[in-house]
Amino acid sequence: MPFDAPSDPDAFREKVRGWLEENCPESMRTPMPEDEVVWGGRREKFKNPDSKVWLERMANQGWTAPTWPKEYGGGGLTREQAKILEQEMARMGARTPLFSFGLWMFGPALIEFGNEEQKKRFLPDIVHGRTRWCQGYSEPGAGSDLAGLQTKCEDKGDHYLINGQKVWTSYANEADWIFCLVRTDNTVKHEGISFILFDMESEGVETRPIKLISGSSPFCETFFSDVKVPKDQLVGEVNGGWKIAKRLLQHERSSISASGFGSTRGTGMLELEEYAKIHVGTDADGKLLDGDLRGRIADHQMYAKAFNLTVQRSQVQAKAGQEVGHTASIIKYAAAKMNQDKHELMIEALGTEGLGWEGEGFDRGAKMVTRGWLRSKGNSIEGGTSEINLNVVSKRVLGLRDHQ
Amino acid sequence: MTFVLTEDQEMLRDTAVNFTRDELPVKHLRALRDAGKNGVDREARQKLAELGFFGVLIPEEYDGVEMSMTAFGQVMEAQGRTLASTPLLQTACIGASAILMGGTEAQKKEWLPKIAAGEVTTALALDETSHHNPAGVATEAERDGQGYTLNGAKKYVQDGHHADVFIVVARTFGEAGDSHGLTLFLVPRDAKGLTVQALKTVDSHGAAHLTLDGVHVDDSHVLGAPDKGMDLLEPVLDRGRIALAAEMLGSSLAAFEMTHEYMQTRKQFGQLIGSFQALQHRAAKMFTELELTTSCIAAALAAVDSQRNDIAELASLAKARASETVHLVSNETVQLHGGIGMTDDHDSGFYMKRARVQEALLGSASFHRDRYAKLNGY
Repeated sequence: MPFDAPSDPDAFREKVRGWLEENCPESMRTPMPEDEVVWGGRREKFKNPDSKVWLERMANQGWTAPTWPKEYGGGGLTREQAKILEQEMARMGARTPLFSFGLWMFGPALIEFGNEEQKKRFLPDIVHGRTRWCQGYSEPGAGSDLAGLQTKCEDKGDHYLINGQKVWTSYANEADWIFCLVRTDNTVKHEGISFILFDMESEGVETRPIKLISGSSPFCETFFSDVKVPKDQLVGEVNGGWKIAKRLLQHERSSISASGFGSTRGTGMLELEEYAKIHVGTDADGKLLDGDLRGRIADHQMYAKAFNLTVQRSQVQAKAGQEVGHTASIIKYAAAKMNQDKHELMIEALGTEGLGWEGEGFDRGAKMVTRGWLRSKGNSIEGGTSEINLNVVSKRVLGLRDHQ
Repeated sequence: MTFVLTEDQEMLRDTAVNFTRDELPVKHLRALRDAGKNGVDREARQKLAELGFFGVLIPEEYDGVEMSMTAFGQVMEAQGRTLASTPLLQTACIGASAILMGGTEAQKKEWLPKIAAGEVTTALALDETSHHNPAGVATEAERDGQGYTLNGAKKYVQDGHHADVFIVVARTFGEAGDSHGLTLFLVPRDAKGLTVQALKTVDSHGAAHLTLDGVHVDDSHVLGAPDKGMDLLEPVLDRGRIALAAEMLGSSLAAFEMTHEYMQTRKQFGQLIGSFQALQHRAAKMFTELELTTSCIAAALAAVDSQRNDIAELASLAKARASETVHLVSNETVQLHGGIGMTDDHDSGFYMKRARVQEALLGSASFHRDRYAKLNGY
């Protein structure tokens, strides 16, 4: 059913609500267990069949990418309308139909830097969850110093030839395609990098999962030996990839912080103060018995509130056309600190209940907290370490210079 | 939640920033201190009145300029920048709000025009120990026929050393620790039995201890409903806390800017000290705190203007965050200036001394963390 978006916000809200009520399957209005998250792509199995129906319906409206232009399969909504959609979905507890690096990171960059043919070719498949993308950025020798990357990309006339290794490639073993930074000129640093796309089933691509301290393997080592890539899959100019890479990192940092990495909604985990009340206990007035822990929890909750208000402020100011670079630059740093502090406090509040690894004898949610605590240590490393973020603030925002 | 100022608010902000920069810089506070004025400057007060700052929260019908809490916050931030010692927090915010929200028509007509004109200053006489504790009031007000007789003592009353009228919180029912049973009274400075002991304080702004020894006040001096003083006091205190937090943000920003400037001029080992990464990261962390605190204060100010139901929570958030931020920044300001930061000649010390007073007034970070936890059910 085609959806004609009314321009009046109230009418739009009413219509969206009606559409969601009609189209969101019942089971898609319940908290989402981690194994029912839909990442899309060739390997997607849709453990819960309703999630396939839900994704198709939402994607047909373009509402998996609400603000993308309609011509590329997006919803063509304004920011305000997208916000209303988000609020209405939250109101009914509707699941996010699609998790996707294509939606969060690659797509916005392609809309800005890709040519018409590339946008038409790749964006609709992202909207519909038909292609799952991964990001080829970090290398063994290029972490914080990302521009030091060495993966070689040679022009062979009718194609490019790629040789090298990436690391920390999120879900490379499950992705269909990769957007990748490669070196097209090794006589210069930032100006010798290009942005290229290719199929992970191409000959010469190999992935090996990396097991983390949390026990999960969301990242891979990825190897390229003589991978042939058609020339129309290079985005932007040859040697012009760094600009795209930086913009994409902004999308990454803002999507990491917009998801707050912190939401426990729908995971079976409880909020920090709930765990504290259960495992530490309360007095007759409902106050936590451990006054010291209570103060530190309140301090953290205030930090989290301040963080959320700051995200809101930067959005409002951006809308009003004000300079927000200053505010945005601190968000990734603050989000990492916030999420790590929260997990440390949760582990402390849980006591030994938070120290289970697997099997019986521990609460399921508590075991997820334990894993989440270990995983959160990566927040200040991935997507730019906290130290690099502080360098960025020092240099770009505060204008402090290097040694002369 | 609005985070963008209106044109009127921008204009007021510019006026306030320029005025405090030109007329009330830290140098001015230093001069008041050295002249033994204990932070009192009647001439400056008159100029503040002419600019309309005393009437920002007062409706036009009582001769105010009737703007908004967000507008008032801009004035407070400006005065915080230069540590200006003014009666604005106590008189234009706390006093005006208490009378506006709790006063009878006659009380409003009597006091608000005088406040707006800068003719009268007020001071809230609440705390009785060295820590903020509204429910802890033990000062007694006993019925005495035509009114009440007040007996008790008040500690570290901000602006108490020069206020013309005190808003005294006393107990008409129950005992210290009860939220119920408090009543607010308007007590003129010259009331019989009231002793004002002026204090020389670390921030050079001054304050006073009060002793109430059989002070008689008429019924017409009761502000708000007897016994239900907390219902008036809490929202008034929250406005004061938010305004004070805005002032503290101004102080934090100014101290940070001074430090930032110094990092880009001071050289050691042949390098600007601002080029050392250990110091850069400390500056970046301070900047992060300032950004987060800025958001809390803007949100709290806006919450008052739109009469949201989470004003109390946001007031505690703003005051606690502002306290932590001004504490951090004022300490780092002294440290990053090195030896010069320890000298009286430099402004660093003024920011740190004022910071500790700001932190303690109307509830410390610890007080507000406790309150925030309670409001959130743990």
